[in-house]
Amino acid sequence: MHELALTEKMLRLVLTEAERHQAEKITKIKICLGELSGIIKDCVAYYFQLSARDTIAAGAELEFGLSTAKLFCPDCKLEFEKTPRDFNCPVCGGLSRLTGSGREWFVESIEVE
Amino acid sequence: MEINISRDLFDHEAELAVANRKLFQKMGIIVLNLLAGPGAGKTSMIRSTAPLLKQPVAVIEGDPASSIDTDLLNSLGIPAVQINTEGGCHLEAPMVSKALDEFKLEPNTLLIIENVGNLICTAGFPLGESIRVVMVGVSEGDDKPYKYPDIFQGADAVILNKIDLQPYVDFNRERFQEGVRTLRPGLPIFEVSCRTGRGLSEWSQWLERTIISLLKEG
Repeated sequence: MHELALTEKMLRLVLTEAERHQAEKITKIKICLGELSGIIKDCVAYYFQLSARDTIAAGAELEFGLSTAKLFCPDCKLEFEKTPRDFNCPVCGGLSRLTGSGREWFVESIEVE
Repeated sequence: MEINISRDLFDHEAELAVANRKLFQKMGIIVLNLLAGPGAGKTSMIRSTAPLLKQPVAVIEGDPASSIDTDLLNSLGIPAVQINTEGGCHLEAPMVSKALDEFKLEPNTLLIIENVGNLICTAGFPLGESIRVVMVGVSEGDDKPYKYPDIFQGADAVILNKIDLQPYVDFNRERFQEGVRTLRPGLPIFEVSCRTGRGLSEWSQWLERTIISLLKEG
């Protein structure tokens, strides 16, 4: 449920940007969301619908680019996508390290009229 | 028309946290953000740790409702202020700076913020703390690092509480430790029991060393 607070902040950001460009309507918002960000896409979409109702972002399409968490096996020098079960390398079974990928929560761009 | 923004939405939280950190520095206090699920033993940990430290301890308690923990700590002589989030699942930086108005804290105080019991949202909202501790009870299971990776990645130390219950629950220590150290290599893990006192001296010595080095850094 922290998505409400985060969605309201996202809305404020896009409204400020749209205002700076003297836009009359925001039609699309492109968001990048990592699977380790702890943010649920559907919750953001739901809260957005409610929070944006009386703004120029009302009805805007939310386009989510989902980023997967990648791990790196130091022994095999292999980068691979995290499986839901554990952090182990699919080749040697050893423990791997997290890379930076998967924690994203940012607005890439907006489309305005 | 497409407007490029490319702005990390967690940046705003980071800016609010920086403002808090400046305030803490001005007051000369060290702040610890204590993160855990409900019932991991956060309040018991504060209660057991405070007498073992040379520094004075004060507490900000975050709970959706009630003042149970605050009343307990105040009755033990540990000054505590309650924040009720009215159902909110985490504390945010401005709530903490506001709660500070209710205290008169001496310099060198360790302020422990007992966050709302939650292993998800609390990870995304830094409060300006310089020490972040994640706590898990063995009865919660050894899979926590795999299920809640975000919270462990940002931690400075992990406390594994209720270690006295290990014989009664299926908790694989190795699996837990491997998970934690994949997320953050070298992270200290303290195995303690607030009930029996086991492991508390190692933990409190680490904490004291950390506080002293942070105070020296200013």
